[in-house]
Amino acid sequence: MAEKHEKYYVPASSPWPIVGAVGLGLIAFGAGHTVIENSKGIDGWGSNVLTAGLLVIAFMLFGWFRDQINESMSGMYSKQLSASYRQGMSWFIFSEIMFFAAFFGALFYARVIAVEWLGGAGNNAMTNEVLWPEFSAHWPLTETPGGTASGEMGWFGLPLYNTIILIISSFTCHFAHVGLEKGKRTQLKVWLGITIILGCIFLYLQGVEYVHAYQDLGLTLDSGIYGNTFYMLTGFHGMHVTLGTIMLIIMFLRVMKGHFTHDNHFAFQATSWYWHFVDVVWVCLFIFVYIL
Amino acid sequence: MSTVVGEMDHHDHHHHAPSGITRWLFTTNHKDIGSLYLWFSFIMFLVGGSMAMVIRAELFQPGLQLVEPHFFNQMTTVHGLIMVFGAVMPAFTGLANWMVPLMIGAPDMALPRMNNWSFWILPFAFAILLASLFMEGGGPAFGWTFYAPLSTTYSGDSTALFVFSVHIMGISSIMGAINVIVTIMNMRAPGMTYMKMPLFVWTWFITAFLLIAVMPVLAGAVTMVLTDKYFGTSFFDAAGGGDPVMFQHIFWFFGHPEVYIMILPSFGIVSAIIPAFSRKPLFGYASMVYATAAIAGLSFLVWAHHMFTTGMPVFAELFFMYCTMLISVPTGVKVFNWVATMWRGSISFETPMLFALAFVILFTIGGFSGLMLAITPVDFQYHDTYFVVAHFHYVLVSGAIFSIMAAAYYWLPKWTGHMYDENLGRWHFWCSLISVNVLFFPMHFVGLAGMPRRIPDYALQFADINQIVSIGGFAFGLSQLIFLWLVIKCVRGGEKAPAKPWEGAEGLEWTVDSPAPYHTFETPPQVK
Repeated sequence: MAEKHEKYYVPASSPWPIVGAVGLGLIAFGAGHTVIENSKGIDGWGSNVLTAGLLVIAFMLFGWFRDQINESMSGMYSKQLSASYRQGMSWFIFSEIMFFAAFFGALFYARVIAVEWLGGAGNNAMTNEVLWPEFSAHWPLTETPGGTASGEMGWFGLPLYNTIILIISSFTCHFAHVGLEKGKRTQLKVWLGITIILGCIFLYLQGVEYVHAYQDLGLTLDSGIYGNTFYMLTGFHGMHVTLGTIMLIIMFLRVMKGHFTHDNHFAFQATSWYWHFVDVVWVCLFIFVYIL
Repeated sequence: MSTVVGEMDHHDHHHHAPSGITRWLFTTNHKDIGSLYLWFSFIMFLVGGSMAMVIRAELFQPGLQLVEPHFFNQMTTVHGLIMVFGAVMPAFTGLANWMVPLMIGAPDMALPRMNNWSFWILPFAFAILLASLFMEGGGPAFGWTFYAPLSTTYSGDSTALFVFSVHIMGISSIMGAINVIVTIMNMRAPGMTYMKMPLFVWTWFITAFLLIAVMPVLAGAVTMVLTDKYFGTSFFDAAGGGDPVMFQHIFWFFGHPEVYIMILPSFGIVSAIIPAFSRKPLFGYASMVYATAAIAGLSFLVWAHHMFTTGMPVFAELFFMYCTMLISVPTGVKVFNWVATMWRGSISFETPMLFALAFVILFTIGGFSGLMLAITPVDFQYHDTYFVVAHFHYVLVSGAIFSIMAAAYYWLPKWTGHMYDENLGRWHFWCSLISVNVLFFPMHFVGLAGMPRRIPDYALQFADINQIVSIGGFAFGLSQLIFLWLVIKCVRGGEKAPAKPWEGAEGLEWTVDSPAPYHTFETPPQVK
């Protein structure tokens, strides 16, 4: 039993973590200053620091993953290390779920409690009477107690198409994975390529939808809690789809270079989990933000 | 069959530490990273402590004498943020880094590079937070809980920096927690089954789960504060259909598990030290594990006990009151088990044991005042008074910090290879013990009498007690310098420590030399 134990690969020291820490520090400092400068309408150096931070992070990711891929390709990694990566990725996705949970929580609270109470529900008749007697609770909140009006985003049309596209892309991603596991490289390449295209179409349509919401519906980020939750949820989801698509593209490039085998394809698997995760989040979004 | 994979890269696998600054910047060694975390946390402890000294100096007398009220608010805010995110949490992560691999027989943490990344984010995050104090308009001044609308409508320019520094602190904590949880799940030596793990490992396992579950919620909360303040959203503004109370719900959904994040590893530490110095195995190991899990589970159902006075429906108040009181059951199990472990033990009182014993008693006092605060109708009286301040400082200072001190004394011989100066340790303990009670116990009385927290001035009748409290505060602050001196002395030299300096101690960490070699358990030990 003890003798069967493989050696765990403990990497020698690496410069990438500290580069990443510097990058995140620059991003935080730069983003903070950018926001402050924008709010005061002054031109400052905040955005330069932010850009520098993003470049440092891009450099770090490139270097770190290059080392990682080289080590993996030269067979330094054991089964146990793969398990660490898989578990790490699962917990990371769990943390992402909790991040979205915060915004879903805000949506539910606003919808079920805050707006209703402002409309006088429960024992809050005086809240309504004293604060905004004209206001009556409704959802989507197309007119806020303060009087901001906005349109309502329906679920039919673009959002429905996008839902179908993303669900199909989850299947195509799975087909690609099956192709990889069965060693059918063509199947892998084709389905992976289709997944990427579907992801890009989704993002494009999401952009079209935002333009439509801003220009035709008057539904903006600052048009009350309905617009807030709509844009924050779909916006963060869109950022995750963007990241997922970039990951898929990198996987595609690696597949074209002949990377990944039946036993050794953690990066592909992680990307595919991530893709399924953004898909599930979207389904929840479609139900709770668009339909209900 | 003995297959050893990855042997070819072992030519650069040094068995002694590399030298120079790059050792610390580029390291992937769990012991180095553990030391970095511990030193960082101690520095932050002193920085946050100096802010507490400013607060106590201002409150030494009624009236405004030393600082402006706005600066006072910044001090209370940043003191809280630094102590929570900069001192206690990194100290526990440092202990986990050092001890978890040693305790489960792993060669290192599961993801060593990410480990280094999660540490090195912290100095940047706190540099940004501290730098914001020097901005025009000052740093964050809305309390560490950053309630809206204080943090949105009424906050200063520096809020954006606060938000982003909390973001990267959160990234650091999540990566640290993922590392710990994966290490525990995947890196245990053969034979080290879950129910054989030391309790420190168990409590950290559950703590890591809590961290991964709630740090993202904190990120969501600060993001909403950012967009409310700078981008026109109205999550916490009733005019737009939001609700400032919603902020408190989101914040405390993070915040309550967070307070258990800061105490569960303490339980693990004390559960290691009390058996060692009582020379008896821990009483009720399995019940300790279940109690920890129960506390963690309940921590998600009690958040609104922080907001009884916000005008929640009566049903919600009752629900959160009863759930909160329920927590005292598993906590009581733990205290009972510690006492039962000592029962008829052959006890000796070295410094780690002294701190652990003080922990049991003082943490229980903090637990009892928590039980008082849990009762909704009485909380209406105690809310936002010094009684609350007394309560959470009993659980966090004489609870969490004392346990960290206990852990430091317990494992210092393993870390440095030298025995610490027992005399100095006892001086540190008794000075801390007396001053911490002079500091926090009288706060209960001014709190019950109605002195509100976070106000730089107070009514004249509170003057005497506040003077006593301040004297206790300065004494407690100075006492910690004894500890700094002791640690430096211990690192530089002292009596050589054997592999197992405490005769009653158990666990794999005592099977390796003192100081622990740079690499340990490269071939996993067999646990029976």
